[in-house]
Amino acid sequence: MFDQQLANGIFLGAVYALFAVGYTLIFGVLDILNLAHSAIFMASSFVALALVGHGMPFWAAFLAATAFGGVLSVVLDRVAFAPLRARGVGGGALGPLISSIAFGIIVVSVVRGIFGPDEVGYPAGAVVSANLHIGHATFTAIDLSVLVISLLMMIMLSLLLKATSLGRAIRAVAENTKAASLLGIDVERTIGLTFLIAGALGAAAGILIGAQFNAVGILMGQRIELKGLAVIILGGMGSIPGAVLGGFLLGLLEVFSVAYLSSSYRDAIAFAVMFLILIVRPAGLLGKRAARTA
Amino acid sequence: MSDVLLRVENLRSGYGRIEVLHGISLEVREGELVSIVGANGAGKTTLLLTLSALVRTRAGSTTLDGARLSGLRPHAIVARGLIHVPEGRLILAQMSIEENLQLGAARTPAVQRRAAIDAMYARFPVLGERRALPAGSLSGGEQQMLAIARGLLAKPRLLLLDEPSMGLAPKLVDAIFSIIAEVRASGTAVLLVEQNARKALALADRAYVLERGRITLSGTGGELLHQPAVVEAYLGSHA
Repeated sequence: MFDQQLANGIFLGAVYALFAVGYTLIFGVLDILNLAHSAIFMASSFVALALVGHGMPFWAAFLAATAFGGVLSVVLDRVAFAPLRARGVGGGALGPLISSIAFGIIVVSVVRGIFGPDEVGYPAGAVVSANLHIGHATFTAIDLSVLVISLLMMIMLSLLLKATSLGRAIRAVAENTKAASLLGIDVERTIGLTFLIAGALGAAAGILIGAQFNAVGILMGQRIELKGLAVIILGGMGSIPGAVLGGFLLGLLEVFSVAYLSSSYRDAIAFAVMFLILIVRPAGLLGKRAARTA
Repeated sequence: MSDVLLRVENLRSGYGRIEVLHGISLEVREGELVSIVGANGAGKTTLLLTLSALVRTRAGSTTLDGARLSGLRPHAIVARGLIHVPEGRLILAQMSIEENLQLGAARTPAVQRRAAIDAMYARFPVLGERRALPAGSLSGGEQQMLAIARGLLAKPRLLLLDEPSMGLAPKLVDAIFSIIAEVRASGTAVLLVEQNARKALALADRAYVLERGRITLSGTGGELLHQPAVVEAYLGSHA
């Protein structure tokens, strides 16, 4: 029982983490909450499903829909954030928050118009799934792939940020836009690439969760949105390792509260624990916002 | 004497409805150190920010080596060789000293970058000793050294320095000024904005006095140092 729940929690947490990493990346660079991230997550899941429906193999549909999510995210930046940035409406302001909500609603409406309001699954046999066993835990090959792909993408992101010139540029823009400009960094281009990466990560999370539960629906974005926000606050706003840690923590909390307590209190228990953690560490588990005020 | 490197003509800029610079004209020639002195609020920092395009040019023009800079975005101006070490240094405090220098050397070809950074460590040993530490852990004077080293790695045609001695103890002020003298001696042109008018004028080939957004006086550093109006306004109370 415990092994099984641990495995379930880790598989769920991996997707939460992948979703939250893209969310927190945008926050880290621009100091804005991108509330359209969940719409990109959902829309990309539908795109992957549609491509598979047209006969594309799942792996190819995954790559194409991930790219779609990245591009949609760049469009989001150009439409919703860049015009406000150009007028000097910076992070912390409500304008960008509202325009990201607006963009998200438009995306949700368009997806509903094209694909309808019902939850749909992948065609039989499209996503091959054998049962695997480790210890007392049983899970599917998809569960395992979700975990592996999520971990790989998160590792690639941290390597990119740590060891490449693009990563240095992103971190420089995150820390101080003016200093980054004076160092010759093309700030707008760097922000655009950040949105591309964040959108692709969010899209991948959506596609994977759709395949894992074999359910793609218009509400899946809304369901993960607040959880994603909770995860990045819990991990520490703007912190990538914090988002990963927070994602796994939330996945485990949810699974264990269903297994050992009650499924009707799943969210209540998970969020109550978050409350407690935030009382002890207001900046989040790995947050260092205080250091940035200087 | 030598060719004009930076030419600024009738430059106007400001913030919102307030115009700060009311038509500035000045020039910096190859290899020259030019100082701009003036009271707080005269527009010295705004002038440098406008040259770097962080503040929009409203009228007038700026050329470097005859090529127009006005209208370019900030990163493109850096690419032309106008390198700005800003007021307050703006080092990236969370990134390591090494990473700050890597960013400065970003346009140096990768094969030469290591050697260029190591040369900076040889010149500023205190930076080399702490290369892996966050830049925010350095003292004020060390942060200024880092900011200047980072600027030099960008291979400036013209280095803009905004208040490099601000907030530093007198001994460090002297150290920073001798670094500036070395930079000029190496042939790099410098446009220096300083509150410490006496030192700035003593070091300068030429200088301009900026008052409420207009150039009111110009001359060699020595001439201005002995101008009664300058002495009274900017040098009088300083020992």
